[in-house]
Amino acid sequence: MTDVASLAKQIKEHFGDKIVADAVHVGELTIEVSAHDCHAVLLALRDTQKFGFAQLIDVCGVDYLAYGKTEWKTDSATDSGFSRGVEGRQVREDSFADNEKPDPNRRFAVVYHLLSLEHNHRLRVKTYTTDEPPIVDSVVDVWPVANWYEREAFDLFGILFRKHPDLRRILTDYGFMGHPFRKDFPLSGHVEVRYDPEQKRVIYQPITIEPRVLVPKVIRDDHRYLIEKEEGKS
Amino acid sequence: MAEIKTYTMNFGPQHPAAHGVLRLVLELDGETVVRADPHVGLLHRGTEKLAETKPYNQSIGYMDRLDYVSMMCNEHGYVLAMEKLLGIEAPIRAQYIRTMFDEITRILNHLLWLGAHGLDIGAMTVLLYTFREREDLMDIYEAVSGARMHATYYRPGGVHRDIPDQMPQYDPKQFTKSQEKWRNANRQGSVLDFIWDFTERFPKCVDEYETLLSDNRIWKQRTVGIGVVSPERAVALGFTGPMLRGSGIAWDLRKKQPYAAYDQMEFDIPVGKNGDSYDRYLVRVEEMRQSNKIIRQCVKWLRENPGPVMINDHKVVPPKRDVMKNSMEALIHHFKLFTEGMCIPAGEAYAAIEHPKGEFGVYLVSDGANKPYRLKVRAAGFAHLSALDEMARGHMLADVVALIGTQDIVFGEIDR
Repeated sequence: MTDVASLAKQIKEHFGDKIVADAVHVGELTIEVSAHDCHAVLLALRDTQKFGFAQLIDVCGVDYLAYGKTEWKTDSATDSGFSRGVEGRQVREDSFADNEKPDPNRRFAVVYHLLSLEHNHRLRVKTYTTDEPPIVDSVVDVWPVANWYEREAFDLFGILFRKHPDLRRILTDYGFMGHPFRKDFPLSGHVEVRYDPEQKRVIYQPITIEPRVLVPKVIRDDHRYLIEKEEGKS
Repeated sequence: MAEIKTYTMNFGPQHPAAHGVLRLVLELDGETVVRADPHVGLLHRGTEKLAETKPYNQSIGYMDRLDYVSMMCNEHGYVLAMEKLLGIEAPIRAQYIRTMFDEITRILNHLLWLGAHGLDIGAMTVLLYTFREREDLMDIYEAVSGARMHATYYRPGGVHRDIPDQMPQYDPKQFTKSQEKWRNANRQGSVLDFIWDFTERFPKCVDEYETLLSDNRIWKQRTVGIGVVSPERAVALGFTGPMLRGSGIAWDLRKKQPYAAYDQMEFDIPVGKNGDSYDRYLVRVEEMRQSNKIIRQCVKWLRENPGPVMINDHKVVPPKRDVMKNSMEALIHHFKLFTEGMCIPAGEAYAAIEHPKGEFGVYLVSDGANKPYRLKVRAAGFAHLSALDEMARGHMLADVVALIGTQDIVFGEIDR
């Protein structure tokens, strides 16, 4: 297994400033490329002998809208607390204060996981999409397996893939509206189905249940990890 | 009058050979498949989205329900991803227990696959044989976790508890009294004794399956030369596990990127030659024999090496009940873990294991909260099923059923 640091070095030398950022975390190498260069870099990663990423393991979307946002502030005690079954606050693009607005250019990421059978190493390639609707080049022509993965990312996140041969929904129901894995899509959805005895058929109607949160999301700075990080830096 | 060239046929979602809820739209020219368009998602439960709204440990049970015939392997992938981000490692005994249960799970999965695949293409008896052995393995699941299928046995930091010293026995029932003695004969000792006894019996059982199938004329007519995938295509189509090995590529994460205690195990990787359904059958059958071998090595080691099965870090693992009754510190830890859960440091990790069906990967993004920010499950079957179109083209309609069988499709993991 090639060690991660030398692979990172090789990739940086080979691609130069096409690599926007790179990081090694828990022994895994992540590189970030712009949506514009993404297709070319992935093709080169497959065809360059020293990389040899013949297999695409996974493609998935990530929505960074609520990244680092908590449902319950923990830095100071509140007198109200967080009662069980509290109404879930909907994350929306306009629900943030001006100073903590997420970067609209970095809301969606497409993450590719590559595997080289020949050299036995893995690589994660990440690209942020800058447009609304988010759009990146399809890699179906590089790895045919990408076909369904990109359909899935389109279905769940609404990420479009340029030149995809058959960009249909895949996991959700026929006629489904919206992209359910976006952070501003409620967990319980927008519509529910029931049988209507008068019309004698199954009908769609707006949901009747209140979305609620049982365990609030909290972020705690665990000092053990902070210390470890600082030690790692020095 | 215009001549009709091809016609479209709908297959499933309710069809015994659809392995659950596969809907296939087939374009046929006579009886030859021109195009196959699988419609998936009928079992989509949004596992990944659900996991985003729950503390980490509460999602372990969801992992069982992904690929519901290889439960503990799914848990293993998820737990490994968490451990990677937390920077912890399970104790050595837990590693061996995980290895052993991964292999028990592999046999469970392959047995169901063999039975169902046989049933699909006309071999009724195999199903009855394989379910006989599955019963014993599920009893082992039950003995350690209390559940026959959805075990929730693996935890970040180890496994829930050590293997019990006593194998549960059948209760005497009114009408089966005369059978109690032989039914409980191999359940007198510990669970490890029972597993050992199983591994003694199992190779002969595999021989039985092979007697039924390997040289069977009908079996060969239905599988040899069906769904041939060249090694190059197998790689490009994202095949992993037995599907890749059936095409002749010796790639196995247990050997190449070992996790748990696999680097201590001695076993071989069977590889196919022609890349057809028959080769994949042979690969999986041999894998069962190899799994049996690994289980025996684990049992031997586990008998000799007692020790902890969980790490002692109470930021991750809840303290023991009796400690909690006497220590304020432990009580606080317990309260925090069960009301809020643990916070995993921000970052992202991808953990892959050699699942019975192929590479099962869990991509976990954390923003430092007590819930995953994004969880992506990479299911092997998803990539395999997407290649069904290519594999089925030019084959007869009846062969589509053989192809679904050979791909070892389970919808829990494909639809997630």
